[in-house]
Amino acid sequence: MRHTVSRDLLLAFILLALVGLVSLRFPEFASVKSLSSVFNDTSILIILALGQMAVILTRCIDLSMASNLALVGMCTAMLNASVPGIPIPLLIVLAMVLGALLGSINGLLVWKLDIPPIVVTLGTLTIFRGVIFLISDGQWVNAHEMNPAFKALPRFDILGLPILSWAAIISIACSYILLNRTPLGRSLYAVGGNPNAAVYTGIDVGRSRFNAFVLSGVLSGLAGYLWVSRYAVAYVDIAAGFELDVVAACVIGGISIAGGMGSVAGAVLGALFLGVIKNALPVVNISPFWQQAISGCAIIAAVIFNARSERRPGRIILKQAENV
Amino acid sequence: MSGLTSNNASVMPDRLRGQLFRIIASWEFLLLGVAILIFLFNVQASPYFLDPWNLSDATYNFTEKAMIAFAMALVIISGEIDLSVASIIALVSTCMGFAVQLGFDTPMLIGVAIIVGAACGAFNGFLVAIMGLPSIVVTIGTLSLFRGIAYIVLGDQAYSGYPKSFAYFGQGYVWWVITVEMVLFTVVALLFFLLLHLTSFGRSVKAIGNNPTAALFAGIRVPRVKFILFVLTGIMSAIAAICLTSRLGSTRPSIAVGWELEIVTMVVLGGVNILGGSGTIFGVFIAALVMGMVTFGLGLLNVPGIVMSIFIGLLLITVIALPIIIQRTRQRVAS
Repeated sequence: MRHTVSRDLLLAFILLALVGLVSLRFPEFASVKSLSSVFNDTSILIILALGQMAVILTRCIDLSMASNLALVGMCTAMLNASVPGIPIPLLIVLAMVLGALLGSINGLLVWKLDIPPIVVTLGTLTIFRGVIFLISDGQWVNAHEMNPAFKALPRFDILGLPILSWAAIISIACSYILLNRTPLGRSLYAVGGNPNAAVYTGIDVGRSRFNAFVLSGVLSGLAGYLWVSRYAVAYVDIAAGFELDVVAACVIGGISIAGGMGSVAGAVLGALFLGVIKNALPVVNISPFWQQAISGCAIIAAVIFNARSERRPGRIILKQAENV
Repeated sequence: MSGLTSNNASVMPDRLRGQLFRIIASWEFLLLGVAILIFLFNVQASPYFLDPWNLSDATYNFTEKAMIAFAMALVIISGEIDLSVASIIALVSTCMGFAVQLGFDTPMLIGVAIIVGAACGAFNGFLVAIMGLPSIVVTIGTLSLFRGIAYIVLGDQAYSGYPKSFAYFGQGYVWWVITVEMVLFTVVALLFFLLLHLTSFGRSVKAIGNNPTAALFAGIRVPRVKFILFVLTGIMSAIAAICLTSRLGSTRPSIAVGWELEIVTMVVLGGVNILGGSGTIFGVFIAALVMGMVTFGLGLLNVPGIVMSIFIGLLLITVIALPIIIQRTRQRVAS
């Protein structure tokens, strides 16, 4: 535990240094207003990274998050366009339920049929994306078809922060409590740390993985509504390819792809790291085309760093026990 | 306790099944059946399907991907994965476009492509095989890095103006309707078949996938084999990049975006175990044909590409779930 804390501190320090470096030449960047807009801009990535983290903790991976987001986003947009009377809070709940249902498809296939998660989510990634086309017939849902309340909610200010940011903050708080203070959350760590030992302590490994997928589905669903209402448009290709950004945020945040290791703070910092780079590049006048290469380098550096810190003496004994 | 023994006894077959049964029950045979069904369905559904020129055109939607899929199959059999292949295509294509501006001609372009592809593969191989990092995250990183470099070089621009002779690879015909890419695809398939199934290198790839520790103790140089596999995948991506660039006649940084997942789907559909250790080149070959025919056949029926992807996704999950479900029910019936 202490180990992840020190890693999170290091990442936080790097993040601060990055912001400091940019603000040396452009002091405006470090202003509260600008930083809170960076946070707001990264909110959706943070929410998704929290879900992905829960899945990665259990030694699985969810590549279908972005497709799940897009499908739920399209459904809520179409529902809003055809039945404008549905209150927005109810719509958000519906989005999360639908997201959970889609996530549980992944979870069930992994739990009941033991299909490798990467195969399952690779399949559902394309299926969900295709279903969007089927239900929307390839049409866009444009801003004028959505009712004003639908579009206004993520921008509505409470205590100086838009609701989009609050959604991220609430997700962070809930994930923190869930992962650190509940049996359900601790079981995710146990399953990823050592599945065999988890079985002996009475944890159902398959069910825990299912729970993780449902959680990632709920958060994808929430992100789906937020994405569509924020950008005020829904079409087949929204957030295409975003799944890899989410995994990247987790990797940079020090969440071990081998499972069992990672913290909520890490996932948030990893997402913020990508968010700061994305927002800082135009400020320091570097072409946004550099963004992808820079985040690639950051991922590789993070993987190398993670591997160094994961090689602890206690780990080896556990590994041997698993192979038996 | 007694339940366990009686269970074992009932599962034990009366006699060992013959060679013929094993072939018929094999994955590749099942897939071949699916391929034939799809073929017949397509013939029924559209009168344009059996036209030789149409069929020849249709091969383009799988030949390039399949060439990479063969190398990817070996990587996956060895227990690793390479998600950066489509980005290697983008970087290789960009480098070729850059070389054209310097006045390189076709043979030099091929050289540039192979060198860049091999270098990308070697970079992946170094990080995965030598430094022992998990390949899935390493190659997500290089996926961003390689395509990122292409974006830095090209931005929103495009390279074109490839020499006339360069068009041969993606647009040329060897004989009648037989395209250059088809011949390349077949040759690559044969070479990989030989490599995986008839050489000691192929055996060691499978051994590593089954149990890397045991493979190491058996005297296999695990890091070296894995390194070679990644370089090989880089080179195959370069060859695919040559074909694709030649076919399109221009290079944009978004070239071949998303191919990595389609290629992995092709490999898994071909019966290669995603966890490593088993798989055949013949299976991947048939899977390439199946995916190509589904795309082409539905395209003739005016079904949009995105709906075909539903079909591919369902196919991927069903073909993997079905044997598991059958095995489970068989066990349940037996007990």
